[in-house]
Amino acid sequence: MKDGLRPARTLRDDRVTLAHGGGGRAMRDLVEGVFTAAFEPPGMEDQARLTSAALAEPGARLAFTTDSFVVTPVEFPGGDIGKLAVCGTVNDLAVGGARPLWLSAAFIIEEGCEVALLRRIAATMRAEADRAGVRIVTGDTKVVQRGAADRVYVTTSGVGVIPPGREMSAEACRPGDVALVNGVLGDHGAAILAARGDLALTTDLQSDCASLNRLIEATLAAAPGLRCARDATRGGIASALNEIAEASALSIELDETALPLRPEVKGMCEILGLDPLYLANEGTLVAFVPADQAEAALAAMRSVPEGANAVAIGRAQAGEPGRVTMRTAFGGRRIVDMLVGEQLPRIC
Amino acid sequence: MRYVEEFRDPKAARALIARIAEATDAIGATREEPVRIMEICGGHTHAIFRYGLDKLVHEGIEFIHGPGCPVCVLPMARVDECVEIAEKPGVIFTTFGDAMRVPGTKGSLMQAKARGADVRMVYSPLDALELSRRNPDREVVFFGLGFETTTPSTALTLLQAAREQIPNFSIFCNHITVPPPLKALLDDPWMMLDGFVGPGHVSMVIGVHPYDFIARDYGKPIVVAGFEPLDLLQSVLMVLEQIREGRAEVKNQYARVVPEHGNPVSLAAIEEVYEPRPSFEWRGLGEIDASGLRIRPAFAAWDAEEKFGIGYAAGPRHVEEPEGCACGQVMTGRIKPTACPRFGNGCSPETPLGALMVSSEGACAAYWQYGGARVAAE
Amino acid sequence: MCLGIPGRIVAITDEARQMAMADVSGVRREVSVACVVDGPLDALVGEWVLIHVGFAMSLIDEAEAARTLDALRELGEAQEALDAMAEGAKSLEGTT
Repeated sequence: MKDGLRPARTLRDDRVTLAHGGGGRAMRDLVEGVFTAAFEPPGMEDQARLTSAALAEPGARLAFTTDSFVVTPVEFPGGDIGKLAVCGTVNDLAVGGARPLWLSAAFIIEEGCEVALLRRIAATMRAEADRAGVRIVTGDTKVVQRGAADRVYVTTSGVGVIPPGREMSAEACRPGDVALVNGVLGDHGAAILAARGDLALTTDLQSDCASLNRLIEATLAAAPGLRCARDATRGGIASALNEIAEASALSIELDETALPLRPEVKGMCEILGLDPLYLANEGTLVAFVPADQAEAALAAMRSVPEGANAVAIGRAQAGEPGRVTMRTAFGGRRIVDMLVGEQLPRIC
Repeated sequence: MRYVEEFRDPKAARALIARIAEATDAIGATREEPVRIMEICGGHTHAIFRYGLDKLVHEGIEFIHGPGCPVCVLPMARVDECVEIAEKPGVIFTTFGDAMRVPGTKGSLMQAKARGADVRMVYSPLDALELSRRNPDREVVFFGLGFETTTPSTALTLLQAAREQIPNFSIFCNHITVPPPLKALLDDPWMMLDGFVGPGHVSMVIGVHPYDFIARDYGKPIVVAGFEPLDLLQSVLMVLEQIREGRAEVKNQYARVVPEHGNPVSLAAIEEVYEPRPSFEWRGLGEIDASGLRIRPAFAAWDAEEKFGIGYAAGPRHVEEPEGCACGQVMTGRIKPTACPRFGNGCSPETPLGALMVSSEGACAAYWQYGGARVAAE
Repeated sequence: MCLGIPGRIVAITDEARQMAMADVSGVRREVSVACVVDGPLDALVGEWVLIHVGFAMSLIDEAEAARTLDALRELGEAQEALDAMAEGAKSLEGTT
């Protein structure tokens, strides 16, 4: 849809200057040349005007989420800040049972940022949006002085529809429910640590960044009793599980031998003294299903690429509410607590 | 992962646990009158809790957590000195991650960073040296923290800096040695220890003979242990067997890594670069003779204390512990973390009062994180 | 100061500074081999070392490792045999 789109002016600059944030011609050139060209939003007013039959259905609900993305480095193996933003927002909607529809994208750009970088990010976002079946329909740009931002920050908000009858929430979990993950843990966190360069570690690890709405729809179709899902971003799987345990007032027990980890992630954790349970994921979620639907749910996950390595990792139980524990390979038990601050590499 | 996962085999663990139980019964130790084994090294404390070994072995075994955590024994005054150096204009202060959150009287290095100091975490002192090559207009200071395991790496790095005559690199030396505090603990009439699990990676550098005095003069067995759970369990069994048979010897369970006489290159580098300080303050243990190292005068150009007129060069400072802090008692194994009046009561990982709650090796952090106190007995 | 990890030396990167590339489960990091060199640097390629803060500090003695593992394995098997006997005895008692 290109209704009302003026012919794009040529953007000649190779770096963003403060003029590009000034609201005048330069800014319009930047917006049209980089973002509008990539996202092709339907219409050119200040706001996107949209209709959805799904929203009108009785019992349907609007889902609305927002997230800001600040990542260093801005481009990393497996993605960039734009992919993170689109997937992150799509997933925030999808884990609540919503069908994602539309995203907004706001950019805070540091003076001096290369235009070519912004083009790459916009292209990634468009590609990921297409993959997830969503549209980026509106946005904003601001330019700040050199040093006031780390190249570019992205904020995406997303809107979706929760079909009638879907009630996914942590409070729905019951003792005996099985905890599933759709893939290996810690790839994103480990890839970013390596990509930062200050630890001088090289690896082939890539971020697992991916949109999970297709996976969740497939799982819901096969296991309609799916209780809740959470994407395990900052703070890793441990944080997501602690949140669910607290919200559901249940305890959760993990099986250490079931945790799926790549050898490189294990290696990185051993070198730096990190616990993979706390490493960030950007394409991995944890979901709880009634025990009798676990097999069906796993089969459904494994039928899509994002769920190829799906596996059961633990169980919800009655008992100390909010407590997450792990049965170690020895049959010992340890607590898996909420992270305090950031996990730092150690030598001791 | 080779040389790691084989030493985590649950089947062998069950066998060791059974043999440990049998040996403990034979000694006659019970929960009320346990056999007290000190694991010296903080890394061993961490491993014990991570794998739940303390709850898996016979209840007649009590692990006493020793002072082998270099972050835990760091006096608050030294943290203040780190912050002071970091806040000097033009300085890039580099440190291992472990030291970032230890509180001094003016906050931690992490907080100094938030206030604008250029504090950077590095994995290796070699990375700090590289930073100084890449930033010739900045003063790069490396916080040399740790026992003998880490001491050779800073020594070798300093020697490399000297070889290249790099003018903008220096080390703030806080290295300490294991045998002196051990002797101080053994001399303490209150400490009643039956045996030791010895620090595997310190021994990789110094060998096993520095511990001869423990068996010979104090009649206690010591087994140098690796860090995988099977290493620890096997070492505990070896200690128990010595106690059962009335022996007191130095044994090496970690022979695949620890050479009997240590590492010659490391020992030579330490000798060339460092000399013992007459006395050094240990948090919780007070001043201990000849237990800390300082950079020799020949290398003064790479000694941060000389460059910045700080630390022992300026005259040592002492800072009082916060009110109610029982770090010293926990660290010397006199009390368990849960017996400290501030544990969970003003002192937590979010608001640590002392290094034991911050350091990944600290007994308090281990108790909190892995639930030594909070997981119900099986 | 205890965190050491076994890794394999896969290449020499700087002869003069005695630096080599080590591999830990696919993660690579340049390390100093000053502590473990004994003769030509190349001889280290393929060797397993204990790595701590960017330094290879000790060669892992494969024979010793095998010896320790064998002892542990035997213990494990002996225990299995004991467990099996105990199970067998229990099931015998269970029959009426």
